[in-house]
Amino acid sequence: MDLSELTGTSGEWLRGTGPESDIVISSRIRLARNLANFPFVSRASTDEKTQISDEVRAGIKETARTRPLSFVDLEVLPTLDRQFLMERQLISREQAGGDGNRGVAFAKEENISLMINEEDHLRMQFMRSGLALVETWDEANTVDDALEERLTFAFHPQLGYLTACPTNVGTGLRASVMLHLPALVITKQIEKVFRALHKINLAVRGLYGEGSQASGDFYQISNQVTLGKSEMKTIQDITAVVPQIIQYERQARQALLSEGRETLQDRVARSLGILRAARSISSEETMHHLSNVRLGINLGLIDGLEIPAVNEMFIHTQPAHLQKIEGRELDVPNRNVARATYLRNRLRDKSAEN
Amino acid sequence: MKCDFCSEPATVHITDMSKGTHRVLHLCDGCAEQEKGGNLKAGSKIENIVKGIIAAFAGEMAGELAKLACPYCGTKFMEFRTKGRLGCPADYDVFDKGLMPLIERIHGSTVHRGKSPSRHASDSGPQAELIRLRRELRAAVDCEHYEDAARLRDLIRAKEGLHGPE
Repeated sequence: MDLSELTGTSGEWLRGTGPESDIVISSRIRLARNLANFPFVSRASTDEKTQISDEVRAGIKETARTRPLSFVDLEVLPTLDRQFLMERQLISREQAGGDGNRGVAFAKEENISLMINEEDHLRMQFMRSGLALVETWDEANTVDDALEERLTFAFHPQLGYLTACPTNVGTGLRASVMLHLPALVITKQIEKVFRALHKINLAVRGLYGEGSQASGDFYQISNQVTLGKSEMKTIQDITAVVPQIIQYERQARQALLSEGRETLQDRVARSLGILRAARSISSEETMHHLSNVRLGINLGLIDGLEIPAVNEMFIHTQPAHLQKIEGRELDVPNRNVARATYLRNRLRDKSAEN
Repeated sequence: MKCDFCSEPATVHITDMSKGTHRVLHLCDGCAEQEKGGNLKAGSKIENIVKGIIAAFAGEMAGELAKLACPYCGTKFMEFRTKGRLGCPADYDVFDKGLMPLIERIHGSTVHRGKSPSRHASDSGPQAELIRLRRELRAAVDCEHYEDAARLRDLIRAKEGLHGPE
């Protein structure tokens, strides 16, 4: 498929709808599975990786008849395109960087992506906009059941699904919600929230998962434990804690408004001004200002801009996206110029409509 | 060994490779918890914490387990200790003694309570056997023992027909 077609769109999970979507960007379920009769990926030979990929792909093809998935062979895909898929969260950082036979099958709505020969033979990812972990799990479970009709996954009577790293053994489930928490960052309460989450065994990561910085005030909260708890209990434990964080964030937003409405308005307006006027801007600065703008829209401080458009700008201003949109490779200074141009166009269009 | 931050015995050893420097920390349980909190603030390095825990637990068992290798995939326990990745599903049984304390430490449990596949082999032996045969086939080809290789290839085909998916 031609990946450039994707530059005009963004995944369904970014459309900014669903429960609590002003704060909860998306819900995600990830399941790790391995074929029982092959070594794990890091131990597999070139031939074995090909066999694993063929078997898993055949299984996916059989089960996804009603729902066409596009398959991308990552081994032959240029680095820029792999980074592009990573920025869209269709593949993991590990899979974008790895080597050997590996691929991904995804739906055009980008709410399903099935990674083959990642750290495990199969990593299935399901995403939805807003707070919807239970619904997302139901879908993941259905696909997993269907695949199990065709494929024999490594399963241990005591330990459950077996994975390459013992941190995923058991359910192989990583359930996560991506939250936008700018007010907790501005009021310096975010660390308190992290400590509380850590105490109940939940992990906090940045926009692009493990090892990534929390830019744009986006935080992913996910379970650490995969053994000893059912999938539903794991999901319920996260779902139970999210309303509290949402409430803290809302309280912090109200406090910012009541204690210094003008200060906040100034902050938001300056950010929008910079994004509209800049001739060269880094990714980090863009994320920072877009975060303020997103907060401003949600608090009614900015008119004429919609959340889905801003959500999309967070992704489209990432390095590989800019280069795909421009249709050529760009170095950092040229990317900064292209990013500023993109933002000026997008933000001018939107305000002119009003 | 004592904890780098207090005088308690160090139980967790963390190698921090971030920021281009190589830093090794030896910590007690309490300080490790705090360090972990500190890492979460930066939104990274969970991998290193896990590696630290693996090193700490596998370290105690090293004498007994150092020689142990999986008869199916050939992975040595010491390789798991350094890389943090297992070689094949059978490793969970082969390295049982070294893994269980680690799994207990990571998850606070050693018993799966989630879903089970509707259809799975009650005996994983034949599956693991295939992993071993393919490895032997590779070795036979590498050593140019073509008669062995042909015999192994037939055996693998027959077994895949029996236990693999159609």
